[in-house]
Amino acid sequence: MTDLTTSSGGAASGQTGISSADLGLRRRHRKELRLKILGMAAILFAATMLFILLASIVSSGYKAFTQTHLELEIEVQEDLIPADNPARGDYQAMVEAALLDYYPDAADDERRAITSILSSGAALKLRDNVLSDPDLIGTQTTVNVPVSDNYDQLNKDLLDRDLPENRRRLDDSQIAYFDRLEDAGIVSAPINWTLVTAADSRFPELAGLKGALIGSFWALLVCFLISFPLGIGAAIYLEEFAKKNRTSDFIEVNINNLAAVPSVVFGLLALAVFLGWFGMPRSAPLVGGMTLALMTMPTIIISTRAALKAVPPSIREAALGVGASKHQVVFGHVLPLAMPGILTGTIIGLAQALGETAPLLLIGMNAFITSAPASPVDAATALPTQIYIWADSPERGFVSRTSAAIMVLLTFLVAMNALAIFLRSKFERRW
Amino acid sequence: MYDADQNRTERKVGQKDIKITARDVQVYYGTNHAIKDVSVEIEDKTVTAFIGPSGCGKSTFLRCLNRMNDTIDICRVEGNIAIDGEDIYDRRVDPVQLRAKVGMVFQKPNPFPKSIYDNVAYGPKIHGLAKNKSELDDIVERALRRGAIWDEVKDRLQAPGTGLSGGQQQRLCIARAVATEPEVLLMDEPCSALDPIATGQVEELIDELKQNYSVVIVTHSMQQAARVSQKTAFFHLGNLVEYDDTEKIFTNPQDSRTESYITGRIG
Ligand SMILES: Nc1ncnc2c1ncn2[C@@H]1O[C@H](COP(=O)(O)OP(=O)(O)OP(=O)(O)O)[C@@H](O)[C@H]1O
Ligand SMILES: [Mg+2]
Repeated sequence: MTDLTTSSGGAASGQTGISSADLGLRRRHRKELRLKILGMAAILFAATMLFILLASIVSSGYKAFTQTHLELEIEVQEDLIPADNPARGDYQAMVEAALLDYYPDAADDERRAITSILSSGAALKLRDNVLSDPDLIGTQTTVNVPVSDNYDQLNKDLLDRDLPENRRRLDDSQIAYFDRLEDAGIVSAPINWTLVTAADSRFPELAGLKGALIGSFWALLVCFLISFPLGIGAAIYLEEFAKKNRTSDFIEVNINNLAAVPSVVFGLLALAVFLGWFGMPRSAPLVGGMTLALMTMPTIIISTRAALKAVPPSIREAALGVGASKHQVVFGHVLPLAMPGILTGTIIGLAQALGETAPLLLIGMNAFITSAPASPVDAATALPTQIYIWADSPERGFVSRTSAAIMVLLTFLVAMNALAIFLRSKFERRW
Repeated sequence: MYDADQNRTERKVGQKDIKITARDVQVYYGTNHAIKDVSVEIEDKTVTAFIGPSGCGKSTFLRCLNRMNDTIDICRVEGNIAIDGEDIYDRRVDPVQLRAKVGMVFQKPNPFPKSIYDNVAYGPKIHGLAKNKSELDDIVERALRRGAIWDEVKDRLQAPGTGLSGGQQQRLCIARAVATEPEVLLMDEPCSALDPIATGQVEELIDELKQNYSVVIVTHSMQQAARVSQKTAFFHLGNLVEYDDTEKIFTNPQDSRTESYITGRIG
């Protein structure tokens, strides 16, 4: 009784009994409270940092999800479009003419400044419309065309009108030109589908993530196809078939080490081996996927082994006991039971691979590529390297687009982790 | 004592066939000598009980009889064990084939996390005992009837086996073991996870099973050994101290260690 309720100090001073307000007990409570507060403070700190990070990304990125457009009534002039090759028509002139309708009194040098409001994508949009519907030739058509980056910034209030003129990207007259369009009611800011339907571009208003998304998809697919079967195979061999001896211990230690190797090292390895020796194409998602597979494999091996270990030995004994062979035990009983754990580990490994940047930079997946890859051997970027490229670009429009791309990447990561959690809880078994 | 043993077995041979013969079996776990010099002859259509204090090697010896110890890396078995005169540790014997012939029921009920039907059908399937679905259905029903659980589960054969009660699970495991038509059934403390009623059912079952099989059961319950077995082997520290008719072991043990154990002074 004494031992339960008093510390040795309390016992020495003769205090006993359950109810005695004892010094040792109070000290113990205080210690517990202190630990609790420390723990809560740590969690609060982590949550705050996460919130700040997310808030800064979202607040700078959300504006990239819209793009300023002008609704122009464009005269599709037959004489500017060669009949034998409509793609080579002078669409730029038609768009400019439509815009200049709003400035009937503008002088020549003013006209040059005014037409710079238009993005170079404006003429392309008109061209695409005409090519898909040749009946438009000779008629008037309404087209929503994008404006160039500086005016997009102006419309989104990202350009401070109160700054002195010489420190602004647009001078007073340029702002006045744009305000006239706004007064005419033809300025709108619809959802920026370009962000996902276009590949990279020098112009922020035309740049999109399509190439990076497809590049990441190919790379992850290759990574999965290589690392999943190899990782599971290696894990099954090590866990179920290999004799436990020095060699297997050595291999185990090295797999754990491999999982801890910095990713840039894998990039250098891939550069030397895949590109250097085997002469595989630079910037290709195939090579990117192979490099990522090197990094993902240890993760898959480790999680597969853990999942196999977690299958109770009684199941193996039961199967062996009715005369199943080792092979039948593993593939008929143990592996299916371990599958949820294996899949969870694999998805987490792939999510890591999706966000991995350094190895892809080393094999050249940060090249400037303006078309989406058609196959895994075409040059491409991946999501993280696209973010890296955009973050490095001087144009103002890329600032918010970088954040938007980060949000896209984070969305995929969260979705993958949610899938992993879902799988784990859905297939969790109790024996 | 050894001579007495010899005489008795010779006497008995006329009445009951010897199913399993073990000669000078040694088992080592690494350097741990777990079974020392055990020689024993187990009769057909008889229930043989292995008793002894914890850690004396009952399970180890039992697992030698269907080569379950092969799955333990550090385990080494020496000596000679023959079933129907055929050495089961011979290089030509496939342990997988052997285990179909020597079924095993474990201490803790361990049904597969599959349906009741699949639990029982698994063994016959992998050994190709059924030519078609209806034959397999028959085998499953027969095994479940022999496991004395058919009436309880016949309406829910597709329900998971893990959803049954502990006693039902153990009987399901017995049904699974008999489904492959084994000749020997090894049971390692099959009732230790069961309540008295389920234990009673399993014991009745064992009594019936001995019509067809040679049953070897490890038990910690002296009463159980007395109730179900005809022969009893007493192990102590890896040695087989005494092996005789159950009645004789419990009423007139030859060895002082056996006497101490069954009267509750060791173990
Ligand atoms: N897998 C194993 N690895 C190493 N040693 C083992 C293993 N299994 C059993 N042993 C050792 O072999 C000896 C006999 O164990 P065994 O399990 O056969 O005893 P038992 O008589 O079945 O005991 P219990 O009645 O408690 O089940 C023990 O000393 C034990 O430590
Ligand atoms: Mg045991």
